[in-house]
Amino acid sequence: MSKTSGKNSPQNRSLPKAPTGIQGLDEITGGGFPRGRPTLVCGSAGAGKTLLAMEFLIRGATEYNEPGVFMAFEETAPELTQNVRSLGFDLDELAEQKKLIIDYVRIERSEIDETGDYDLEGLFIRLAAAIDAVGAQRVVLDTIENLFAGLQNEGILRAELRRLFRWLKDRGVSAVITAERGEGALTRHGLEEYVSDCVILLDHRVTDQVSTRRLRIVKYRGTAHGTNEYPFLIDEDGFSVLPVTSLGLQHEVSNERISSGVPRLDTMLGGEGFFRGTTILVSGTAGTGKTSLAAHVVDAACRRGERCLYFSFEESQGQLIRNMRSIGLNLEQWSKKNLLQFHSSRATFYGLEMHLAIIHKIVQEFQPRVVIIDPIGSLIQAGNRRDAHTMLIRLIDFLKQRQVTAFLTNLTSGGEALEKTDVEISSIVDTWLFMRDIELDGERNRALYVLKSRGMAHSNQLREFLLTERGVDLLNVYVGPEGVLTGSSRLSQEAREEAAAVDRRQEVERKERERTRKREALEARIAALRKEFEVEEEEAATSVSRDVSREKVIAENRAAMSRSRQADMVKGSALPKGRRSS
Amino acid sequence: MKKAGDKVQPLSLQEIGERNEPTDDQVWQLRLYVAGQTPRSLTAFANLKKICEEHLAGRYNIEVVDLVKHPQLAAGDQILAIPTLVRKLPQPLRKIVGDLRDTERALVGLQLRPATPEK
Repeated sequence: MSKTSGKNSPQNRSLPKAPTGIQGLDEITGGGFPRGRPTLVCGSAGAGKTLLAMEFLIRGATEYNEPGVFMAFEETAPELTQNVRSLGFDLDELAEQKKLIIDYVRIERSEIDETGDYDLEGLFIRLAAAIDAVGAQRVVLDTIENLFAGLQNEGILRAELRRLFRWLKDRGVSAVITAERGEGALTRHGLEEYVSDCVILLDHRVTDQVSTRRLRIVKYRGTAHGTNEYPFLIDEDGFSVLPVTSLGLQHEVSNERISSGVPRLDTMLGGEGFFRGTTILVSGTAGTGKTSLAAHVVDAACRRGERCLYFSFEESQGQLIRNMRSIGLNLEQWSKKNLLQFHSSRATFYGLEMHLAIIHKIVQEFQPRVVIIDPIGSLIQAGNRRDAHTMLIRLIDFLKQRQVTAFLTNLTSGGEALEKTDVEISSIVDTWLFMRDIELDGERNRALYVLKSRGMAHSNQLREFLLTERGVDLLNVYVGPEGVLTGSSRLSQEAREEAAAVDRRQEVERKERERTRKREALEARIAALRKEFEVEEEEAATSVSRDVSREKVIAENRAAMSRSRQADMVKGSALPKGRRSS
Repeated sequence: MKKAGDKVQPLSLQEIGERNEPTDDQVWQLRLYVAGQTPRSLTAFANLKKICEEHLAGRYNIEVVDLVKHPQLAAGDQILAIPTLVRKLPQPLRKIVGDLRDTERALVGLQLRPATPEK
């Protein structure tokens, strides 16, 4: 007992914590288990108690430089080493580096007799020796309740356990004590009575043949903690808890726009496409091209160099790649460049929580910018409608918080109202594209419209959705007195319109020609009239001059006559006088 | 608990009688684990001494291990409780936990019970 462990622990928080290093668990416990105090981890067999405890030690030793002691009452050191080796932890190496000690305590009921008083000082001494050997700051007792099976005198045992937990606290080690779940109580032997600072309950539940692991913090003194049940995973990376319910509506929003991969669709969405980090739902009946549209979104994202995750509940990776090749999309290249990851699994393969947990985990690992879930309706099969609804809301919130653009597809079955999703998430999505069939004249065509798109002036037009070997194309549909026409009907209507247009053009040309002719005729008439007028004017002028000269001649004649008559010459008035007189 | 039986059979009183043939020449190897000179340790040692003198006079060997001085020895015999008496020889290994104040039970534990009439 030369060293006192825990004295160099960081005291920077009001209640010091020993980080577990387990993904998600530190988040919901507000930083880890209480430092220098015991934590009780209880759960039924196979719930993952030992692993949680072991990972607490290993992470402590490797990541936080806090050596640990694992006192095993159930499994031997080689067994434990082997068990966690599959999770990528090498206990032998840690033991060699003096970072971890595994002490196996064997209690063989059949070789022990009891007579008289005793205490558990032997256990204390062993533990103290182990703690001192590595300067341990973390201790695990797994599963100490086995003492109850090995020793008869429960009175002594309880008193000694109480002393043990007190002793652990005094030594300042952060301890994890595992215990079997009891009937109607947290632990079989009521250990929660002694360990009251932090109690964690692990649960492994099977509902409808689907198993889900869940973790709940029953109690944590002096810490605000999440009280919900959190699903957790045990996989090749160890333990991970998914704080899926600790979500609010405080996510940041982005003004960045991203292309949908279909230029014409971008045009419909205010000309620029989706907002980054929003949730896009495309719903429609079977075979309307939802997956193809999703593939375009993927393709566009990968072209921008962004990572994409594709969760498929219906098609396998190979099938998707092959099918998308038929519309001219080579998704394989992105997959090879590690920009695109497919995760295909049957929805019924896990419980809903597990799906959520797995999606969380993969998203956190892969850090994608775009996530496709195709289709969300399948998830109902993994749970009930209400659960699927809450799960999707959590998922959407989670993705939004990470600024991940989510593209969800939803199959609308024929019998249901079309503008409706199975899981009623339409109100929480930001952009809702709707795809439907239009059946007319013995053919079936696809049409797409934007039902809603928050924060942008989106088109209200129905567009024909064409799948060509060069990808998706959107075309205007014919909307006229004959209704909405697509496909061949649209083509024939377009032909008719073309013919009508030619007619109209010819009519205009004809009218133009006529007008020219008319103008020419009028101008000719105007010229003729002008000529006529000129002639008349000339004549008029000639006649006036003639009159003048005649008058002159008459006057001269009169003058000559009066001269011959020798009449008085009255100057100036001679003429009128003479005329009057004559 | 998991592998009960491969080393030590649960014994009934009758079996103890049958197994425990009087072997006068065999020397009993006993080890008493204590933690410091506590009154309980001293009581245990005194009780043990008395039992041995009564039943195994001259052919016993008591080794007292103080775990406070040699904590590393606790793991070897899987000692949890103090005091613990371990019968190393004769085989099979037996452990008696407690201060041995109940002589009858101690004798049963040491499988000396049927040997009592012999003395």
